[in-house]
Amino acid sequence: MEHGSKNKLNLKLKVWRQNGPKEPGHFMDYEAKDISTDMSFLEMLDVMNNDLIRQGKTPVEFDHDCREGICGACSLVINGNPHGPQLGTTTCQLHMRHFKNGDVIYIEPFVAHSFSVVRDLVVDRSAFDRIQQAGGFISANTGNAQDANALPVNKTDSDAAFDAATCIGCGACVAACKNASASLFVGAKIAHLARLPQGQPERDRRALAMVAQMDAEGFGSCTNTSACSAACPKEISVDVIAQMNRDYLCAVAKEPKHKALTESP
Amino acid sequence: MATKLDAKVPGGPIEEKWDNHRFDMKLVNPANKRKFDIIVVGTGLAGASAAASLAELGYNVKSFCIHDSPRRAHSIAAQGGINAAKNYPNDGDSIYRLFYDTVKGGDFRSREANVYRLAQISNHIIDHCVALGVPFAREYGGLLSNRSFGGAQVSRTFYARGQTGQQLLLGAYSSLMRQVGLGKVRLYPRREMLDLVVVDGKARGITCRNLITGEIESHEGHAVVLATGGYGNIFFLSTNAKNSNVTASWRCHKKGALFANPCFTQIHPTCIPVSGDYQSKLTLMSESLRNDGRVWVPKQKGDKRSPQDIPNEDRDYYLERIYPSFGNLVPRDVASRQAKFRVDEGRGVGDTGVAVYLDFRDAIKRLGEEGIAEKYGNLFQMYEKITGENPYKVPMRIYPAVHYTMGGLWVDYNLMSTIPGLHVLGEANFSDHGANRLGASALMQGLADGYFVIPYTLGSYLASSKLEKVTTDHSAFKESRADVTARIDKLLHMKGSRTVDEFHRHLGKIMWDKVGMSRNAKGLKEAISEIQKLREEYWQDVHVSGEPTYKNEDLEKAGRVADFLELGELLALDALTREESCGGHFREEYQTPENEAKRDDEHFCFVSAWEHVSGAKSSWQLEKEPLEFEHVHLATRSYK
Repeated sequence: MEHGSKNKLNLKLKVWRQNGPKEPGHFMDYEAKDISTDMSFLEMLDVMNNDLIRQGKTPVEFDHDCREGICGACSLVINGNPHGPQLGTTTCQLHMRHFKNGDVIYIEPFVAHSFSVVRDLVVDRSAFDRIQQAGGFISANTGNAQDANALPVNKTDSDAAFDAATCIGCGACVAACKNASASLFVGAKIAHLARLPQGQPERDRRALAMVAQMDAEGFGSCTNTSACSAACPKEISVDVIAQMNRDYLCAVAKEPKHKALTESP
Repeated sequence: MATKLDAKVPGGPIEEKWDNHRFDMKLVNPANKRKFDIIVVGTGLAGASAAASLAELGYNVKSFCIHDSPRRAHSIAAQGGINAAKNYPNDGDSIYRLFYDTVKGGDFRSREANVYRLAQISNHIIDHCVALGVPFAREYGGLLSNRSFGGAQVSRTFYARGQTGQQLLLGAYSSLMRQVGLGKVRLYPRREMLDLVVVDGKARGITCRNLITGEIESHEGHAVVLATGGYGNIFFLSTNAKNSNVTASWRCHKKGALFANPCFTQIHPTCIPVSGDYQSKLTLMSESLRNDGRVWVPKQKGDKRSPQDIPNEDRDYYLERIYPSFGNLVPRDVASRQAKFRVDEGRGVGDTGVAVYLDFRDAIKRLGEEGIAEKYGNLFQMYEKITGENPYKVPMRIYPAVHYTMGGLWVDYNLMSTIPGLHVLGEANFSDHGANRLGASALMQGLADGYFVIPYTLGSYLASSKLEKVTTDHSAFKESRADVTARIDKLLHMKGSRTVDEFHRHLGKIMWDKVGMSRNAKGLKEAISEIQKLREEYWQDVHVSGEPTYKNEDLEKAGRVADFLELGELLALDALTREESCGGHFREEYQTPENEAKRDDEHFCFVSAWEHVSGAKSSWQLEKEPLEFEHVHLATRSYK
């Protein structure tokens, strides 16, 4: 599409409104008029919200921040797809040139048992932080680490670690999964650290603790349908789930040696 | 020059200042550390690294962020890389050279001792981040890879594709999460700091709003560490995240912390140009692209051929022409101004004519599309998503945009503001970048402050101060809560005719037109009166929707824009007062015949630190911290 085209769209929006986690929610109809095809999806919502404010109505709450596809704040299920129809794209990077004049667009929050609705399209994803607290780290205190080049890392391993480390923690994988499983998210962190030599000392403990916390948060089991990876804006491969399962099984096999570790904080 | 500002720079040779100071500082014994509560506001690189490192030492840390998770802080969006003086490529780098380049790049408006310490610490940062599992780019031999950034003739930038900020932040976040799990850090997400609480002249707590419930909360501590980023969003359109704001800093300023060099704002040369008036933000295209991309415009005005059809002899690679030794890698302020000059000459490109080309044709010939994708794949992808154009086939169109603010709260060598106990880290302080920050130095400074400076200097403050026990029942906390609540009520009750965004866009336009890439006395005076008028209108005619008792983004934005409307005036006043050009501050009246910035070291070799005075005719009073350059001798910057 030509940049700066004068194409304008008129759209019908069906937006989920909900006042709080325990309140009932429902779709509300809105119209978005004269939407430039160069706008991002969130800019389209900005226009809608400013219209609502001018009419004395309450604007729609949605999470967003960097609008560059990296912070993981934005969410939204758009016409049934987490982050919308474009593959490998967050909602903030989705542009209106991918829609047609007259389209009806359904906009919902990332719904899952473990993600309660805060308000409208905003959900609570703090379960992800608690999974990271359980083991998504290397225990290295700030201090005098050895020289960075003292430990060479095979480039293939390093690149593979990076591919997993690109996870932005948005939760699209959970929203896409019919079991609301967090396996792709958890697998990504486990794989990132398992593929590096620095991650080895805590590898077993990490897999046990993160999986235990994932279960405690109420996320479902992996369906093996790869819907998560298809929805992932960073296109993280389901290989990371295989890695998580392998690491977890290996760690369990070494029990009871590690049992005590999973019980400690 | 008389001043009440004491920078507390330690004595001795510059190489030994930090080592000596670390020995001289008082320590808190390990068993006593757990008796201190430290409030850390912000969880970007500076805040997360500080909170984690302080907790590792044994302090009780309360960590606050406006996001749903600390991992969303805007450091995550930094793309290009982080500098360190490792000299792995053996190309002549050293701590002294990084120090020299940074002082020179900052156009001699930073504090030498701070910059030297930063360069010293830079190497430890890389070591520590690798230990945390940060997947930096590596060579086939397994060793770390480096690339070049503007303002340097060595390759000292470590990177993780175009997502270096993300990987560094996730590293600091992982350490922070570990401490939360261990119970040493208590996390307060979705909280916005709306006031600083000062008891007996010392920073002892904060007042914040729970963004989900709307509750106004008080939190007490023995010290407050502020790491809340910069104020680039005053321009409305910037590369900052939408939630980035000045409110936490500004509330501290109003409580007595001096604000330094507000007019030192960085306009980044390579951003995706504005395409329409609905635009909500601008997107950076990393400076690292200038390693391989060549910047050009057509030689002829109004050349409407598509870029591929313009032969080399009709192209003006103007940075390579004007600055043969640094070429496309001149510092940001220089590259931005030159782009503006080309557009002002009528040689801009694209539909709007407000852009220049950044062309990878020659690099793709040399390295192949795959080679380019390996280095910049995610950036090319992002460009295509936003513009709908494929940068492997047609050159990128770029234009400068507001990106970073060198100014911020004034701090001494210990990173303490003029309010005892209030420490300020990262972009929120003013300290290390002078009038222009070099690329890949923001990540370096944020992590230096958080990992390696504040763990020492904060301990010394705690050990040498008498800190009575206070609780949130203290009258200072009560007054602060009342002030914050009254302000929120006032914002919600105006129900005027204009939205918060409309006011913010209007302010942004004044700032960009008159306090942006180039400034003059007449425009700055106009800006001041226009901002004063806009601020008056704001407090009569803004319409803020909804109630204070739930998640209400309109209300959140309303408070931030109210503070930007005050900062805007100070920013313009600072720019008006500084009658010279230096770094990112370009006054049209003070330039060389070649349109380069003309510094006035005789009259302006100082840090401008502004004190807020209420009730007076002017709201601010200027204090000056003189700058002395013993090592990098004051000279006109030349990148030719």
